[in-house]
Amino acid sequence: MVESVVSVENLQIKFDVSVPLLSRLLKRKPKTYVHAVRGVDFSIKKGETFSLVGESGCGKSTVAKLLSGLHKPSDGSVVFKGHDLVSLSRSKLKEVRRGFQMIFQDPYASLNPRWKVADIIGEPIDLFGLADSKQHKQAMVIELLHQVGLSGEDRLKYPHEFSGGQRQRISIARALASKPEFLICDEPTSALDVSVQAQVLNIMSELQEKLGLTYLFISHDMSVVSHFSDRVGIMYLGRLVEVGEVADIFNSPKHPYTKMLMEAIPSMDEINKERTPVSGEVPSPLNPPSGCAFHPRCPNATHACASESPVLRDLGERSVACLNV
Amino acid sequence: MDDKQVILSVKGLCLEFSHRKGAIKALRDISFDMCQGEILGVVGESGAGKSLTGSAIMGLLDDSAAITAGEIVYQGQRIDNLDDASRQALRGKEISAIFQDPLTSLNPVLTIEEQLTETILTHLPLSQSEALEKAIALLEEVGIAQAAERIKQYPHQFSGGMRQRIVIALALCVDPFIVIADEPTTALDVSVQSQVLQLLKRLCKQHGTTVMLVTHDMGVIAEVCDRVAVMYAGEVVEIGKVHDIVKHPQHPYTVGLMDSIPRIGVRKKRLSQISGSMPRLTELPCGCKFHPRCQFKQFGCDTTTPCLKQTTTTAVACLRDISIEEHI
Amino acid sequence: MNDLIATQEPSLKRRWGAKMTDIVSSVWDSDIVYSLRNSKVTIVSFIVMAVILILGLGADLFAPTNPFDPTSFSLFDSEIPPVWTDSGDSRFILGTDIQGRDVYSLLLYGVRISLMVGFVSVLLSLVLGVVLGLISGYFGGKVDALIMRIADAMLSFPTIMFALLVSGVARGIFPKEMHGDISVYVIIFSITATGWMQYARTVRGAALLESGKEYVQAARVMGSSSARIMFKHILPNTISPVLVIGTLHIALAVLTEATLSFLGVGMPPNQPSLGTLINEGNQYLFSGQWWVVLFPAMVLVVLALCVNLVGDWIRDVLNPKLR
Repeated sequence: MVESVVSVENLQIKFDVSVPLLSRLLKRKPKTYVHAVRGVDFSIKKGETFSLVGESGCGKSTVAKLLSGLHKPSDGSVVFKGHDLVSLSRSKLKEVRRGFQMIFQDPYASLNPRWKVADIIGEPIDLFGLADSKQHKQAMVIELLHQVGLSGEDRLKYPHEFSGGQRQRISIARALASKPEFLICDEPTSALDVSVQAQVLNIMSELQEKLGLTYLFISHDMSVVSHFSDRVGIMYLGRLVEVGEVADIFNSPKHPYTKMLMEAIPSMDEINKERTPVSGEVPSPLNPPSGCAFHPRCPNATHACASESPVLRDLGERSVACLNV
Repeated sequence: MDDKQVILSVKGLCLEFSHRKGAIKALRDISFDMCQGEILGVVGESGAGKSLTGSAIMGLLDDSAAITAGEIVYQGQRIDNLDDASRQALRGKEISAIFQDPLTSLNPVLTIEEQLTETILTHLPLSQSEALEKAIALLEEVGIAQAAERIKQYPHQFSGGMRQRIVIALALCVDPFIVIADEPTTALDVSVQSQVLQLLKRLCKQHGTTVMLVTHDMGVIAEVCDRVAVMYAGEVVEIGKVHDIVKHPQHPYTVGLMDSIPRIGVRKKRLSQISGSMPRLTELPCGCKFHPRCQFKQFGCDTTTPCLKQTTTTAVACLRDISIEEHI
Repeated sequence: MNDLIATQEPSLKRRWGAKMTDIVSSVWDSDIVYSLRNSKVTIVSFIVMAVILILGLGADLFAPTNPFDPTSFSLFDSEIPPVWTDSGDSRFILGTDIQGRDVYSLLLYGVRISLMVGFVSVLLSLVLGVVLGLISGYFGGKVDALIMRIADAMLSFPTIMFALLVSGVARGIFPKEMHGDISVYVIIFSITATGWMQYARTVRGAALLESGKEYVQAARVMGSSSARIMFKHILPNTISPVLVIGTLHIALAVLTEATLSFLGVGMPPNQPSLGTLINEGNQYLFSGQWWVVLFPAMVLVVLALCVNLVGDWIRDVLNPKLR
């Protein structure tokens, strides 16, 4: 039994999207909430890559932000190495925080444009007090730059002097500066070109091997996920609909939504393939369908699907949330 | 390619941006033909000049950009040197466009009806009621249910995929000969992308419209295109039938690009990658623009700029004369 | 050993020389200097502004007399017109006022006081506005609502009216002999209190935008404190519009000060600013001493115009969209 680094139980978050107080009182409208994450459970084992996949609005990025502490969950728990992050005191939280870091999607927005690379990578070193002296800090920065395939001289430049892929490497170096075990990667390659994406993914898997990192990988790109992850969770409207080993999910999807996703991926092996795509789009999370959120688009929906909300059931190797599986 | 009539051809197109530190050569010697009814994919990484090529054909260039050489010939007539008025007439009527973001390509304060009928009435000799009929029929064709009622709505009342369908209807409403689709599905989710691509493909085949599909996604190319032009740093490096490009690429860049795409079901330890990144247009290398990143680089690559040569399958701009498959 | 030094020295010197030329040429070539070189109006405004600034700041050096020193002028010299008129006196280039003070010296000291009041009040409103704006934009919610409503309320006060109000209150509280001394503080307070809102609003907007960006999120994930994020991460990215507003605000502040002084609630006659001079000169305009009012008024107009033109140029340079 490999120990789990992170486990998440019944994670939920509601965002208040009400109109301002005065107009709400005048129009006698109640407060409105978006239930962005509606009860998510998973755990990530040490050294593995767990991916969350789904279309926009499914809440996958929100889960990443909940785990990283950028949002406070409305309900549920996030347990990182035995510490419940939700109930932890501030000082203790800072200590635990060293253990996990985040890599962001947009390499142009994730680095402060007015800071030099040395300061960007040095920030976590300063914050966690990891270096004894200026020389030590500089040596650490150079070492980190080497680790992601950049040269030590690059520390004196500003972010705008780098290409998208190089910036993402700087972002990774910053995340690694506090020597974390767990990295939350929110669409780290979706803003990059494919040839550069390959470079970044390769660096990430090299680092995983070398440093024994655990990844939570958020992506909407199925092919990247199938290449990069060990286990996959498919999300739809704030819930996990299917969780399993990557090969199982991609080769024999069980949930109708997973099937639909797999069907829609453009394929380079079957050129000019004729398809009959599934109709419909993801409904607004403001007003999700009753019962199983997927039932209005589901080809095998029954009457029960409209009223009963399925839970994630364990089917041995994988779990599926569908009444008809 | 041979049996079909060429509808538009770009010949040796060079485009420069004026900059006080010297001209930036954003497109260099671009040549390709578009045949009646085909879907030509233009693929490349960001900064390769693929969108710029589309804008040049549309005649929607910035003031700072200037075509310095070459010509764009549409149905036997040169169009790159036309005056603004005739260009404008051509643009709405015979060559139209679909852009990436469906949110910004529709006017938010006009109803769908107003936008569609206005475009139709500007270019076609129809009455108001005929235009409305045509608009409704088009909306039904792009798969919008209850088109007669929904046409009275505003863009924000539609979802992203529906909006992109409306944009397609808007592009096709005057029966253009050529549609330039610039990353039409990039902003969409994968399931909706699939719907929109199939729709675009079906409509263009039905209407016999020629499409130039600009994208960075090889998967999209493989899905809908007949032929593909691969662009790198402002040049076309390879052009050929989609099957040949995807299955048997000849140019080292195309090969690298294909290998760096992760494939579903194929779990490799490492993805093969092209080292480095595309040069900035201000710091282009001499000779072949790809040679600093090329793994098949040979003597002369850093001095001689290769031109497109027809091989048995695709046309390739590379100095090597043996195919890469033989090389490996 | 000596040989070694001898051979190295010139090369070292040459390298330094080359480095300096490199730096100079890179500055000369930089976008900002380039855009300055291409804007004749801005160059002229810059030069005029610099001349006025230097003359004003170095008033002690450049002024032939000290108008604050009652022994340096005499009533016998009063109402002498400028030097180029028939009855001019070579000692007083721009003539003298009713008390016999040299108008040119008065002008320099007046510029100094006007600029001082302008700079100080702009600096204070800038600091206040930027801090409140950062807090407002970063924390949002109730704090934001409170600060922004106060800003809205302050925006509804015209500066002049506010200054009259403050001045009235101050005159009521402090004894009469202090009125001359407090007036400078009254002006600065009034301009600051009615001027910080535009900084706060601008910075709030920018901070709101920057807070959503991923580098701020990254800093939060690392556990940076809010103050560190606000001042070290967000502030440098919001400062350029603030500089533009600041420059334009200086011109406005100088004008406001002049208006207040003209209305009599500004600087007292014994510490004359440009506005005070205009106010005084205005009384003699119809008795023929046009030079007392004309020169301060001209300097005021030219100064405000130049600062505004430079401010416009800075705005254009710093705005990447207009490039």
